Amino acid sequence: MRLVVERLGCRRGARQLFQQLDFTVETGTALVVTGPNGTGKSSLLRLLAGLARPDSGTVRLEGAAEPETFAEEVHYLGHLDAHKAALTAAENLRFWRDMLGHPGLSVGAAMDEVGLGGLEGLPVAVLSAGQKRRLALARLLVAQRPLWLLDEPTTALDVAAQARFAELARAHVAQGGLIVAATHAPLDLPAARLDLGAYRPARPAAPLADLESEPEQ
Amino acid sequence: MTRAFLALLRRDLALALRAGGGAGLGVVFFLAVVVVTPFAIGPDLALLARIGPAILWIGALLASLIGLDRLFSADAEDGSLDVMAMLDLPLELIAIAKGLAHWIATGLPLVLAAPVLALLLNLSPASIGALTLTLLVGTPAITFLGLIGAAFASAFRRGGLLVAVLVMPLTIPVLIFAVATTGTVLGGTVPFGTPFRILAGLSLAAIVLGPIAAAAVLRVTRE
Repeated sequence: MRLVVERLGCRRGARQLFQQLDFTVETGTALVVTGPNGTGKSSLLRLLAGLARPDSGTVRLEGAAEPETFAEEVHYLGHLDAHKAALTAAENLRFWRDMLGHPGLSVGAAMDEVGLGGLEGLPVAVLSAGQKRRLALARLLVAQRPLWLLDEPTTALDVAAQARFAELARAHVAQGGLIVAATHAPLDLPAARLDLGAYRPARPAAPLADLESEPEQ
Repeated sequence: MTRAFLALLRRDLALALRAGGGAGLGVVFFLAVVVVTPFAIGPDLALLARIGPAILWIGALLASLIGLDRLFSADAEDGSLDVMAMLDLPLELIAIAKGLAHWIATGLPLVLAAPVLALLLNLSPASIGALTLTLLVGTPAITFLGLIGAAFASAFRRGGLLVAVLVMPLTIPVLIFAVATTGTVLGGTVPFGTPFRILAGLSLAAIVLGPIAAAAVLRVTRE
């Protein structure tokens, strides 16, 4: 299985974020996307996940059942955690396990893996930001999907949890998975690097008002 | 796919019924409308009995719209909708599951409360029976038409007003034929079945077309 990106371009409003982006991610490898704020890391991940339509170019997953619409092969972990505050940690995780299909670890085992053992019955509302992020990472473990698309996966995680996450990511890659992660923090993961800033089209400096009218999302 | 559908239905019901979920809000609003009306109209029992079904239906219509504006926007804001786009469960079925959960939590309590509240408006037993039946058949139409407005509301910040503006005109035929159905038991030349069958047809069409339209709205507005 490999993820193939050809001549990908992304435009938000009147602003071209990147263009002519080509890369492949082979099975059993990871790609870390870096670049300054606003260069389109999150937008790239949304394009790869099929949550947005590319301005130009193609994304396909070779070896998937349907190479063009491969959403079911993908774990998308955005910068939002997708938890419901009123439900308990275990209820949230069980919900996503049932929704995502291809069950992996059990809810309890996945929570143990990310260091949340014993917190199953607590509502997500009382968890800390780092614990919520750990719970979102546990979602990657309860359903088996080969391609992980991770947007700033280690935000709010403490040092121990970052190391634990790197272990889980290495294990996923070792089992033949694929990872594309956008991050500023250094990940302890053998991975190719892609500096998205280099794909920014040369353009005259935009007037300030133009920048202000375009929020990132 | 069935497992995912049931999981979503269960989660939305749990969220609605838990503290702060707002499932009871519709019934309380319904109760308020019905209790206040006799004070405004005056103690004319014959008049109340005649316009009672219409008042109950207006109350039920407005109460059914409560909470619809948050139906998809809550999931859009916390990122759940992004993950839901990565499932083998199509958005149409996601819309049906969410609509069904909303109807069970908001519409069904209205149907169950209606016979009791109808007594406050001096409705005859035959009228109460007809009214409850029309609510049972008609409120799903309102919820499933409301999915369209709910999907639009998720795309725009403060889109709550859109639900009322977009959905209200679509629900007018339901209101007309539901109240016409309850009117037939008070006499007249039109048999019960005529407007009731049209109401049932409207409801079935809404249950099919509402989720399809809502899914199309979600696809277009989120890309």
